[in-house]
Amino acid sequence: MSEHGRSRWVFPPWVNQLRVVAGVALVVIPVYLVVLVGFGASPRTTDVGYAPEQPVPYSHALHVGQLGLDCRYCHNTVEEAAKAAIPPTQTCMNCHARIRAASPKLLSVRESYATGMPIPWVRVHDLPDYVYFDHSAHVRRGVGCVSCHGRVDTMEVVQQVEPLSMGWCLDCHRNPDPHLRPPELVTSMDWVPPEKPEVYGRRLREQLGIRPSTDCGTCHR
Amino acid sequence: MSQPAIWDNSHDQPGHRAPLVLGDDSFGAITQRVATIVEKPKPPRWWTVTFSISLAFTVVLLAMLAYLFTVGVGVWGLNVPVAWGFDITNFVFWVGIGHAGTLISAILFLFRQKWRTSINRFAEGMTIFAVICAGIFPAIHTGRPWFDYWLFPYPNQMQMWPNFRSPLMWDVFAVSTYFTVSLMFWYVGMLPDLATLRDRAQTKLRQLVYGILALGWRGSARHWHRYERVYLLLAALATPLVLSVHSVVSFDFAVSQLPGWHATIFPPYFVAGAIFSGFAMVLTLLIPIRKAFHLEELVTTRHLDNMAKILLATGLMVGYAYGIEFFTAWYSGNHFEAFTFYNRALGPYSWAYWIMVFCNVVVPQMFWFKKARTTPWILLVGSLFVNVGMWFERFVIVVTSLSRDFLPGNWGIYKPTWVELLTLAGSFGLFLTLFLLFLRFLPMVAMAEVKSVVPQAGLERGPHRGHGQYWGEIPHQHEEILGGEGREQR
Repeated sequence: MSEHGRSRWVFPPWVNQLRVVAGVALVVIPVYLVVLVGFGASPRTTDVGYAPEQPVPYSHALHVGQLGLDCRYCHNTVEEAAKAAIPPTQTCMNCHARIRAASPKLLSVRESYATGMPIPWVRVHDLPDYVYFDHSAHVRRGVGCVSCHGRVDTMEVVQQVEPLSMGWCLDCHRNPDPHLRPPELVTSMDWVPPEKPEVYGRRLREQLGIRPSTDCGTCHR
Repeated sequence: MSQPAIWDNSHDQPGHRAPLVLGDDSFGAITQRVATIVEKPKPPRWWTVTFSISLAFTVVLLAMLAYLFTVGVGVWGLNVPVAWGFDITNFVFWVGIGHAGTLISAILFLFRQKWRTSINRFAEGMTIFAVICAGIFPAIHTGRPWFDYWLFPYPNQMQMWPNFRSPLMWDVFAVSTYFTVSLMFWYVGMLPDLATLRDRAQTKLRQLVYGILALGWRGSARHWHRYERVYLLLAALATPLVLSVHSVVSFDFAVSQLPGWHATIFPPYFVAGAIFSGFAMVLTLLIPIRKAFHLEELVTTRHLDNMAKILLATGLMVGYAYGIEFFTAWYSGNHFEAFTFYNRALGPYSWAYWIMVFCNVVVPQMFWFKKARTTPWILLVGSLFVNVGMWFERFVIVVTSLSRDFLPGNWGIYKPTWVELLTLAGSFGLFLTLFLLFLRFLPMVAMAEVKSVVPQAGLERGPHRGHGQYWGEIPHQHEEILGGEGREQR
């Protein structure tokens, strides 16, 4: 462009090609961000599937799935206390003092029993310190173990199956019906509701007077 | 320091339209006058000095913020019951300042008040920088500013949303919308002038920077057509914001239950106060700068006169609000409401209250007199008083109500710490730093717009001469007019 004998600086023609780049970027970058934040960084991706190696190769699949141990045999405080209790070595030795007493896999259990030093189990389901989750409140109202912990009776190594995010908690607190069962059946791993879970759960909720709170102070004290 | 008589266009004479800009500048001369300010290789000495001082205060602000973030809000004097002090006072003060810019640029544009063209760029710049200063305070008063993104409703794994029923939430939207629209309005309005600077650029760098900023503006008829459309639309978009933003700010107080805050008069009272303080700030900045850059022919006495009239009008509205608050308190028969206002005028913060009344109600009364409206130094002093008074108004509203609420057992006294005082001073530093950078690098008068109101702009249309009298010979040759237009590009 030259009007008054002097050229003006305007964008050179190659800038037009940038329009395509800008247009593509305008679409791709938001999609990328949504995918990255929504899926890549969500607890569903980062936390689910966490299965740390334990100091003792204890198999829930064997003990619960095949032998039919109830959850509460080891996690015995689950109905009364906030925490479900990681069993002391003594609980293992109730049986293993006689059964497979010489197994090399149980070496560290026997060692712990002899020295009195607890087995350093690795915590799988770890909520943030500012969350005060109470097992007893849920178990007594008929939220099954399987609802949060998955089919532990099939796990060789226990792994986290749910995101344990706040949104996940709130999903159930806002609509508990599909997750309720008769409180005496909480530890059953393969229980199925006799009718539509929403209908059955709704009836249970009304019978038991279950009103899950969504106030901040319920979990963040 | 009074103006020579030829520069006085503040007269009102029936049948005689006063010119909006003075002097006998051609179009090119206006460009020359405005553009050379940013084109001089070295800034004037006073600019360097004030810029250094402002920058020093900006550093003070950053230091105070760093101290606040590392130690915590305990470094401020806030405590129950006075949990809002300087932070919110400064926020409301700075947001209020911004409103004059939008009023001048948008409302006066829609009302075809063409005198705005000389000052709108300047006032809009002031708006942007004031809103930047304002935005700092709500962000830092949360105590944990690294969580400020919680203020925005974004999808998250917590499935938590901000409390949409809270006026504090509305504030986030009001202020961020205001900032975005103001910035767009300012920038779009600047495009033709940025192109002028690009075309006049002497160095490659300036050509490139202004060239990119001008977005390829070539001044074609189609460019102008789209530009005028967009500008009109943005003005329409910005106009309701002048009223809504400070109304929402007033909801921060009015929606609460505290005596002295819970009042239906708050939205209009706050908007009037905002415009009042904003015009005072425009005058405070404009009067020295007009003198320093010799812009008296563009920003004329009539501009000052008009702004002083707005100052007087909004000052009266604010004064009315002060009065009616007392009436409401008495008429309500509410013991607590009545006590709050008794306490304002005669309680521990009465000194602040009477400073406010003096600066905002008594001082502006001098603008009934034309001499005060048209003498720059008197106007400057008056506007400084109003700035002080409007800061104290916010202080009085925020602090007195909190310090004496329903139960005497809850009463407390708030004293700012040195950190708060320096943060306030620092926010002025940031404001002036940004402003001085604006003066140095961007055209502070809308050149293209001013050209539309100079007397020459309407010559070829015979009796319709645009604004102002054209004294002297009217050139009838079409070429000569076009020649003038051509000159502007050199």
